[in-house]
Amino acid sequence: MTTAQYLIQQAINAISIGSLYALMAIGLAMVFGILRLINFAHGDLIMVGSYAAWLALVLGAPFWLAAIVGIASSTIAGLLMERAAYRPIRGAPSVAMLLTSFAVTILLENVAILLFKPTPRAFPTPPILSEALNFGPLRISSVDLLAIGIALVLLVLLTLFVRRTEIGISMRASSEDLLGAQLMGININAVIAYAFAIGSMMAGVVGILWSIRVGKIDPLMGFYPVLKAFVASVIGGLGSLPGAVLGGYLLGVLEILLQGLLPQALTSYRDAFVFIILIVLLLFRPNGLLGSTEKEKI
Amino acid sequence: MLNLEEVNVFYGHVHALKGISIKVEQGELVTILGANGAGKTTTLMTLSGILKPQSGKVTYEGQDLTRLSSRQIVNLGIIQCPEGRHIFGSLTVKENLRLGAVRRDNHREVEKDLEWVCNLFPILAKRSRQTGATLSGGEQQMLAIGRSLMAQPRLLLMDEPSLGLAPVIVQVIFDVIRQLHEGGVTILLVEQNARKALQVADRGYIMETGTVKLSGTAKEMRADPQVEHFYLGGSAT
Repeated sequence: MTTAQYLIQQAINAISIGSLYALMAIGLAMVFGILRLINFAHGDLIMVGSYAAWLALVLGAPFWLAAIVGIASSTIAGLLMERAAYRPIRGAPSVAMLLTSFAVTILLENVAILLFKPTPRAFPTPPILSEALNFGPLRISSVDLLAIGIALVLLVLLTLFVRRTEIGISMRASSEDLLGAQLMGININAVIAYAFAIGSMMAGVVGILWSIRVGKIDPLMGFYPVLKAFVASVIGGLGSLPGAVLGGYLLGVLEILLQGLLPQALTSYRDAFVFIILIVLLLFRPNGLLGSTEKEKI
Repeated sequence: MLNLEEVNVFYGHVHALKGISIKVEQGELVTILGANGAGKTTTLMTLSGILKPQSGKVTYEGQDLTRLSSRQIVNLGIIQCPEGRHIFGSLTVKENLRLGAVRRDNHREVEKDLEWVCNLFPILAKRSRQTGATLSGGEQQMLAIGRSLMAQPRLLLMDEPSLGLAPVIVQVIFDVIRQLHEGGVTILLVEQNARKALQVADRGYIMETGTVKLSGTAKEMRADPQVEHFYLGGSAT
């Protein structure tokens, strides 16, 4: 393999993993923007969707149907989570909300362990999605292409939603000034429900793609992606949607770069280097790359 | 139209409103004057359903407001233009104005009101594609007022619309307030600029540390030496 081929292949790898981080980070950012809640249980929505899809597959459903079942389950789980756990404590101090999200995480993970055993299960992927495709001299795995394509479509749809639709504009307004939005009679409950539904739907998509990539699922599988998504949204600026996307892709590139550049002995410490870079970034831009820095006008 | 009776509101442990009673009749322009911390903003936030009173009655056309959410209160046509403006800085001027009309679904009327607001504040038409954050303080205040007008207020609550603005702009804002009043909108105006407020108002209340200290017609209040001394900055005579 030539250097150019190697670089292109790594770039695709980086964009693919970055797409997953970006989709996850959007869910965190939407909810944080409005409620100032860092919803760590967001990762478990990946797990819920993956298990639902797995169940459907085991029961003999075709893959596309299983994917829809998985994504729908994540969405419903996200909506239920908001209704049952977060709405009752709305307006509480952010520490209380953060702790509640840990409680939701622990609950969901333990229910999954009870229902499905803690041991990983193989995720049966159709061959077309697990093989690598040849593009001339390049070999690219089809799931990478799928992830990049789906993320692109979802990002375009999301942009249209927040720019053009009334509920999307209301969402941006609520995330900027909740009191102002309330005084205008914006339906805050609907806006928050939409934020959870969209974020959870994306988590469901990530869950399917992640499971195909890894080939197996387990009850704690959501931890790693939500941590990455959190880092991505901090890089981009917590609560900013463009920031979440930018942060997701940057994190993907960063990881692959470190993987390639670090000496063999250090590659297992890759995440430590990611966090060092994050700390340095936050020293210079405490609000992240696209976080708001403007002061209030008098 | 609007009736507050013996209303008590607490902010945590702070007794912010100590049994105040205020009345606003249909078509009136009533002003609430008073220093910082007198409870003026608390009164408006209670009317908008953001704060809930511990005791007392708040009724609007006979309806109990204390049981309604802020959204239901907006639906009744009680619209607040809050202190500090609270416009959406990352949204365009036009998006801000349209959000004022978020609960209305007669699109033709909304378009008509959009035109009306842009005539009232021509600068907003000029800046319609700019984001709110790029506006000057005075323009932001006009946007905040324009946005609340888009909600078709029957009772407009205005919280210190002249705060921190240059005298020329203050004049523009008060001209619009007068115009709205003449057009039949009922207005409850919270102000620190007592002189200006009493020029446009029909009646006024003076609040101090959570109580209503004085009330009367604007004419009486303008002539009251006590008001003159404490709130209009005149020398005691």
